[in-house]
Amino acid sequence: MSQADATQAAPPKREKLFTADGTPLRKALERANRRRKLTALALVGPLLAFILIFFAFPIAQMMWRSVDNPQIVNALPRTLQALDTWDGQGVPNEAVFAALHADMIEDLDRPRREQTIGPLGIRLNYELSAARSAISRTSRAVQNFDAPYSDAFMDAHRLWGQPELWRIIKREGRPLTLSYYIAATDREYDEAGNIVKRPENRQIYVSLFGRTLALSLAITFMTFALGFPIAYFLANMPMRYANLLMIAVLLPFWTSLLVRTSAWIVLLQQQGVINELLVNIGLISDGNRISMIYNQTGTIIAMTHILLPFMVLPLYSVMRTIPVSYTRAAKSLGATPWTAFRRVYFPQTLPGIGAGGVLVFIISIGYYITPALVGGQSGRMISNEIARHIQQSLNWGLAAALGTMLLVGVLVLYWLYNRLVGADSLKFG
Amino acid sequence: MALPAYYTAKDKIWHYAFRVICFAIFFFLLAPILIMIPLSFNALPYFTFTREMLTLNPDGYSLRWYQDFLASDSWKRSIRNSFGIGIAAMLVSTFLGTLAALGLSRSEMPAKGLIMGILISPMIVPLIISAAGMFFFFSSINLAQTYLGVVLAHAALGTPFVVITVTATLVGFDHSLTRAAANLGASPTRTFFKITMPLILPGVISGALFAFITSFDEIVVVLFVAGVEQRTIPREMWSGIREDISPTILAVATILVMVSIALLTVVELLRRRGERMRGLSPQ
Repeated sequence: MSQADATQAAPPKREKLFTADGTPLRKALERANRRRKLTALALVGPLLAFILIFFAFPIAQMMWRSVDNPQIVNALPRTLQALDTWDGQGVPNEAVFAALHADMIEDLDRPRREQTIGPLGIRLNYELSAARSAISRTSRAVQNFDAPYSDAFMDAHRLWGQPELWRIIKREGRPLTLSYYIAATDREYDEAGNIVKRPENRQIYVSLFGRTLALSLAITFMTFALGFPIAYFLANMPMRYANLLMIAVLLPFWTSLLVRTSAWIVLLQQQGVINELLVNIGLISDGNRISMIYNQTGTIIAMTHILLPFMVLPLYSVMRTIPVSYTRAAKSLGATPWTAFRRVYFPQTLPGIGAGGVLVFIISIGYYITPALVGGQSGRMISNEIARHIQQSLNWGLAAALGTMLLVGVLVLYWLYNRLVGADSLKFG
Repeated sequence: MALPAYYTAKDKIWHYAFRVICFAIFFFLLAPILIMIPLSFNALPYFTFTREMLTLNPDGYSLRWYQDFLASDSWKRSIRNSFGIGIAAMLVSTFLGTLAALGLSRSEMPAKGLIMGILISPMIVPLIISAAGMFFFFSSINLAQTYLGVVLAHAALGTPFVVITVTATLVGFDHSLTRAAANLGASPTRTFFKITMPLILPGVISGALFAFITSFDEIVVVLFVAGVEQRTIPREMWSGIREDISPTILAVATILVMVSIALLTVVELLRRRGERMRGLSPQ
């Protein structure tokens, strides 16, 4: 076969495609795609960085506080080493007290910012309520201590002679702890180091979580009971009227939370509008004014009002899409109005009920302001307890543990919400 | 509206009963807000209607709580703070949020679901947890009790609303328009300002309003992160309600209700405009 024949017989070789500047087309396409991807990332990047730095990181840092436990390790390195051989029974031996003395003396020379005895006292006080004063009183006197140190320490404060304090130091002398979570679930360590339930009169948090759940469920149910009829009413009227009446739902939605909360205080308090009205028309006597606020009733009423739009809006948007002909068909086939509603209409509203219900539940479970203002003692929720630990009792580890538990609960619910309706369908106004 | 002729007596009763129920619920929604308005003109320091007010005696009414409000330096400061912080936070979140929404709506965007989840997390996380986290973090970097700190915190809380509303506007966006502009020789910047921006503007504006109202109405983060200097209107109301409750609160509330009516009107007009424009675009 000659050269000429071969070129003629073989099919024409497929030409590689090139762009005008001579790069292969495939490569140019890949490059363009990569550039577009980078452009997209560059657009999202600033916000992502902003949210990660000023939002996600602070929350992660707060959650870290719930297990972070540096105080004892920092303050008492020698004491912890000496305690290694202590069996947990009785008062530790002189070597431990000598180490404690050395640790405390060393702290006195540190600059004020780096001192560890203050934080140690605060930390031990979470576990044992007299510990803070024991530590501070001892640290003021420790410079004058002479051997044998055990006597000197026990003279300074009786707590040093109690095995319980030493057990706590040994147990919590680790950089990480679960003790905040143990406290957050109303449990504590017994003498043998087992985790047991707290005495009944000191159990707070489990019942508080329970109450938060119960109140949120009650509020969710109330918003459903009130929201369903008006969403139905709005969805089944001509658009013109519906848009007008929608203002009744949207105005509260746009009105300041504090305005709405104070409105309920004005209405419900003992000298408020409703009580005055009832007294004036003679339904109740002046002495028997009803207490509708600063208790659970107050929280439920005010929060139902505040969260009702969050139930009505998703319900309304679902109901708008339900064809009237389905219910008519059911009726023409012999169903009573109630049966047609129950078996045909209602099932089609379930996505809206699910969306609104989970939304209201998620919001109410973490609510802080309204329970704090109108909840009184019995209408408090878990958020109020978290705030109390941050601002008043200063037990930040416990606040972080409670907060982490709440956050995990909300995220699980949100995940569920997302599965149910998709976050994209969130709409406002 | 006339009732269908085939309605039985029972149907009719139910029809009217249902309307009564619905109007009772609408009343429940509106009455608490509207009742503050007349009460704020009470001449006496009570939170209830006096006999003079009910008999429409002009002596029962006065503007004293509004005067109180205007004369108070702390209220004036809180108004300045609320608007200053609100506008600054709105600008930050609108700028960052609109950029991010433009990126997220591109088909080449990798890990879209995950990033979207992170970006809207400030809306989902309970405020008390956000506030606690920011309190600790801002204290450690000296941003606590500063204006910058409050603005950054509020901007973070406001961005999800911008991202969501702008993304929603972009869903109906016709990309052949930008391609046409590019084809006709417009630079990407020019395309953005001449084509994309005017079309997504309603979404951007309503996102910005949401961001503003989020900051304007936010109190939990302010309680934790702001100092005395950064007190906002809700913060001032909070201490007004907790400490010495005076009807000045009602005057403030009335003004705020007016503000929310104005905002509601703007958002509603924008929404209608958006619907009209979407109706016009080929889909």
